[in-house]
Amino acid sequence: MAFGPFLLLATLEGLLQAAVLTLTALGLSLVFGVMRVVNVAHGEFYMLGAVFAWWVASMFGMHPAVGFFVALIVSPIIVGAIAFASERLILKRLNYDPESTIVATIGMLYIIQQTTLLTYGPDARPVPAPFYYRIQLPWFGYSGYNLFVIVAAIVMLVAVWFVLSRTRLGLIMRATQFDRETAQAFGIPIERVYAFVFAAGAMLAAIAAVLIVPIRQAHYLMGLDPLLLSFIVVILGGLGSLRGTVVAALLIGLSDGIISVFFSPTLAKMISTLLVALVLVFKPEGLFGAKAR
Amino acid sequence: MSDKTTDKTKEPKSSITRRSTLLGMGAATGAGIISSVSPGFVRYAQAQTSEPIKLGFECHRTGIGASYGRWYERVANAAVKIINDEGGINGRPVQLIVEDDGTDPKRGAEVVEKFATQHKVDAVFGTLFSHVVVGAAPRAGELKMPYLVVSEGTHVSSGSLNRYCFQPGITDVRSQVTSMAPWITKNLGKKVTMIFPDYAFGYDHRDNLPPAIKAQGGQVVEMIAVPPTETSFTRYLPRIPTDTDVLYHIMVGPAVLTFVTELGQFYGSQRPAIFGFIDSVEAVNLATPQLGFLDGTYFWEGMPRYAQKDQSQWDKLYRAAVGVDDNGASKADPKDISTYAHMYGVWETLFTIKQAMQSAGYAGPKDKAKFIEALEAIEKFDEGRDHPQGDKIFNGKNHQAYGHQNISKVNGARMDVVHRTSIEDGMYEVKADYTKMSL
Repeated sequence: MAFGPFLLLATLEGLLQAAVLTLTALGLSLVFGVMRVVNVAHGEFYMLGAVFAWWVASMFGMHPAVGFFVALIVSPIIVGAIAFASERLILKRLNYDPESTIVATIGMLYIIQQTTLLTYGPDARPVPAPFYYRIQLPWFGYSGYNLFVIVAAIVMLVAVWFVLSRTRLGLIMRATQFDRETAQAFGIPIERVYAFVFAAGAMLAAIAAVLIVPIRQAHYLMGLDPLLLSFIVVILGGLGSLRGTVVAALLIGLSDGIISVFFSPTLAKMISTLLVALVLVFKPEGLFGAKAR
Repeated sequence: MSDKTTDKTKEPKSSITRRSTLLGMGAATGAGIISSVSPGFVRYAQAQTSEPIKLGFECHRTGIGASYGRWYERVANAAVKIINDEGGINGRPVQLIVEDDGTDPKRGAEVVEKFATQHKVDAVFGTLFSHVVVGAAPRAGELKMPYLVVSEGTHVSSGSLNRYCFQPGITDVRSQVTSMAPWITKNLGKKVTMIFPDYAFGYDHRDNLPPAIKAQGGQVVEMIAVPPTETSFTRYLPRIPTDTDVLYHIMVGPAVLTFVTELGQFYGSQRPAIFGFIDSVEAVNLATPQLGFLDGTYFWEGMPRYAQKDQSQWDKLYRAAVGVDDNGASKADPKDISTYAHMYGVWETLFTIKQAMQSAGYAGPKDKAKFIEALEAIEKFDEGRDHPQGDKIFNGKNHQAYGHQNISKVNGARMDVVHRTSIEDGMYEVKADYTKMSL
């Protein structure tokens, strides 16, 4: 294949990767930014999103689009409810202590993963895409649904940005992130904010998973990769920075897509890990993160 | 058997007995529980002859091999039921002990160890995934535990394992590839591109297909290795040269639907001929919309999933015994598709164990050496109920069986056999000789 179309395919693949990664990493970043909790179970909320999407989609025998769009609403809500409950039952009782919550979320990771294995089973199950449209380019064909995922992710990002920067809810969240004690002094119910943020972070991951599940499949071990990549993105972009997360996800997603097409996927992983190491050494607060106060 | 082994088996006995005693006291339900918890304890309490022959089944119940494991287990249960209904082996019933290895090489070795030291089984069988076999087989050799795999891999036949490892139920990749290469180059084309998983099983294809294609005047133009954990494949597809006649794919694991879908989106209707190993879509319904692209492509099948027009009486009998309908799905649930092309290997392996144990007059673990030698003395298997896939030649030196292979074409969500190779097509010069190793 000639260089031009090769690069085009690589870029499309990279954008798809970046789109899903941005949403997932944003959830992780939000939780850390506001709550200072490193949520190791984040990838499992992603996995749950995909599994519930399968469950919902397989209940509707009608056109695949019906099942898919119902799943796009129902699955994040269920995942959000699970996250909300685990926040109330576990994280709150640990007083959000940074070390304890890491261990607790590792425990949650295993509990969620193994419960899924016991109930849903070890198989990878497909969810039909809401539509099948193949775009025939002169050199190769590409799935129209993949482009839909990219657009949907951009829409979600704009929505998150709008909520964070233009609504009262976003103001409260930012205030909590900026200074927890002062916010509390001004009458912000920070515990409720925490529960809400934790659920919202999980829901973002679930939405990303519902979008990707018609391309990949729902599988109980699928949460590991997005977790690692999200951590890489969040460290690169600066924990808690929305802009940093988006830029870093684009950088990692595109470089991963392009380097894996031209060279090898292993090299792409090596380079992103190297980037993380360099950022940690030279700019520990991340590319866009605020200096620790 | 050497003194060393006897020492080993004696050692943990005292501790187990103590544990059983404590357990018994706690449970206060008497001997029933003690005997089920502690196999070592029973040996003294019961007569030697009524004790069952214990076969350890190393099963991929979870992990990427889970759908294979589910069916391998059903087949094992069906075969053991027949063996027991017919009076067991040497008058002793067969007891199946199943342990999950998570399709994980490390756990595979631990499972073998557990079988040897805790369950004290007579033989271990059933491992499929090649990386697990490679991980667990050395431990089986150290523990002097007969280890009969159903894996297709070339690790047994190439001589890289040890004297305790056998593969009597399914042909190895080298023989499969050798027997089918002439058909591929003659009917599909001479320029072949391979896509294979980047680990042991993929390497068997990588190492054996190019020489086999070359011998037929063809050429492997590109070899694309894909990490086994990969979830997206579009990025690899541009590497397929445009002058490729045949795309040869072997993909195992949960991502196969993605692979086929992305291949379909990439090529549309303008595609090269495609030949794959059924391993990719075992346990997957061919009527899945994502697999429509496979229509008109070819697959290797050990045993044809869809009942053929010329179905043998043995296939009919075996199909009924393992609970599979004419479409290769479970009779209980048409959505539960079997791993039909491979799982006969478990059936045939169990009947081979029976055959060898009977000819060795096997009475217990002290006869393990006799059992190994009896396995090595086997020269062929005749087609029949015990070997429904077909007749086979068995090489006692490299511990490998050689049988017929089927090439099937996908026609509207079913597969029909278009070519069946002869055993001779798949023969190659065997250099390995396990019989020179000590027992």
